[in-house]
Amino acid sequence: MPSSTGHKKLNRRKFLADTAKTACGVGLFGLALGMYGKAASSLPATAIRPPGALAEDKFLAACTRCGLCVRDCPYQILKLAEFGNDNAATGTPFFTARTGPCEMCEDIPCVPACPTGALNHSLIDINKARMGLAVVIDQETCIAFQGLRCEICYNVCPLRKEALKLEYRPNKRSGHHALFIPVVSSDACTGCGLCEKACIMEEAAVKVLPVHLAKGELGKHYRLGWNQKGKQGKSLVTPDTEHRFNLPEGVEYDYYGKGLIDKRQTPLTQPGPQVEKTPFSSNPLDTLNKGFKEVK
Amino acid sequence: MPVTPLNQLGREAIAKKGWFTAHKFLLARRAVQLAILGLFMLGPIAGFAILKGNLSSSLFLETIPMTDPLLFLQMLAGGFFGIASSAIIGAALVFGFYLLIGGRVFCSWVCPVNIVSDTAHWLRRRLGIKGKTKISPNTRYWMLGLVLVLAFVTGTMTYELVNPVSMLHRGLIFGFGFGWAVILGVFLFDLFIAEHGWCGHLCPMGAFYNLVGKTALVRVHAPRRDLCDDCMECYEVCPEKQVLPAALKGAKDNKPPIILSSDCTNCGRCVDICGVNVFEFGLRFDAKMEACSKLDTGDYVKNQA
Repeated sequence: MPSSTGHKKLNRRKFLADTAKTACGVGLFGLALGMYGKAASSLPATAIRPPGALAEDKFLAACTRCGLCVRDCPYQILKLAEFGNDNAATGTPFFTARTGPCEMCEDIPCVPACPTGALNHSLIDINKARMGLAVVIDQETCIAFQGLRCEICYNVCPLRKEALKLEYRPNKRSGHHALFIPVVSSDACTGCGLCEKACIMEEAAVKVLPVHLAKGELGKHYRLGWNQKGKQGKSLVTPDTEHRFNLPEGVEYDYYGKGLIDKRQTPLTQPGPQVEKTPFSSNPLDTLNKGFKEVK
Repeated sequence: MPVTPLNQLGREAIAKKGWFTAHKFLLARRAVQLAILGLFMLGPIAGFAILKGNLSSSLFLETIPMTDPLLFLQMLAGGFFGIASSAIIGAALVFGFYLLIGGRVFCSWVCPVNIVSDTAHWLRRRLGIKGKTKISPNTRYWMLGLVLVLAFVTGTMTYELVNPVSMLHRGLIFGFGFGWAVILGVFLFDLFIAEHGWCGHLCPMGAFYNLVGKTALVRVHAPRRDLCDDCMECYEVCPEKQVLPAALKGAKDNKPPIILSSDCTNCGRCVDICGVNVFEFGLRFDAKMEACSKLDTGDYVKNQA
């Protein structure tokens, strides 16, 4: 029947047109959302995830943004990112070290609170958490580098002497004091941010950064000779021939502190008569004033 | 009986049943919606948590976990398989609940956006806004597909960045930021652009719960459909009016007097608004029995045989 075929055709055409319209609309929305998602899922460096958080890309797939970790944090430092206010992905938990650092509870209540495991439940020792890495980021203004005693970051560090050590360096300005320089070890630092919170400066000189921003990484092919030597017990390449100075026969050089060793009958470095042989007086002033005297 | 003019909407039901009965399910829904929100907010406000978290994932009385099954699917689509047990149990519990009670019961009894879109619809009627952009209600299934595809492609729950449902609920409990702008967008969209635009056509969560509720037990019945006087009030208040004809006017096509479409949100507004009590809540299996007993002509029974 021509009429029914025509009717059917129109329906099919309409169906296809409608489907295409919907698909296009939804597709465009999806594209925009995907683009926005790309931009919105880059975590700002100051926003730190709770302890045990998976790597950021996995975390964003696993976190339901329920806020149970926020509720179970006894110090209430965690916050769910607000749309448009915080640049972390909407609804995901974070804390800001400068205003509210992680207090490193021994039982880590926020971790088991996570229903999905976005905060990895296998973290049971808070000292093994790696929320970020503290970096003494401004060594120009940190007052320890000015030779002033501060050490507040060192004193508040929950892993003092492991994560944050003090290193003594000579104070070249005064010439006779020490600088007490805070030095962070990435092996032990949990990134809790207590040091950043405590920093007495107007803007903290020590800051917790995401590990990927704070750490360099040596090329995978790179081997440090002395480490390899230690592992193997010997040098892996042909041992270097011992360096020799072009010294007269009977004279040796000791590398470990003694310096020049003269084993000859009349050593080169013998004091006394040899001094006489030089054209200079033993008193440097004589040398300096030599010309004046002659003019006079 | 002629079609009830919009300004007379609900008058008959109020006159016959009293105001309270004529708003029974509306009040019950608002009470449930606000109670759920209240229980979540009790923790941060009073320090005593009955429900902790938000609709995405929560903990009831510190023991029973609940997780939105659509989020659970997004986790899987995003490539996260090491899901901890409480999210698995929680998603199963929520899924099972809506499987029995009716998927879109979430939309009308739990979802906080329902209050926003109902307000938009009420205002739309009050202001006499007629403009309608035609969007297919099936668009929501495309949206649902998009949500899962986006999670798969980006490896994160991308839709959760803008999901108005979780944004509103989380915003009220944990702080909004500029999330209110998204909710305002939904409100204005429903008010000026498309009637029941968001909840009835686009929301992927609605689409998901729609699928969950395909076989749900609790259904709205129309056992007294022979009393229907064509006032069209139920059509005016129903958020998914395409579900009504089969149950209400299906007698001549031998369709049982039950709303079987999973589009139905079990909101009960049709039960409230009907002046002649055509509708009531019941179970899925009651349909045939009721049909036999109510249709005194026996046509339905004959045609079934």
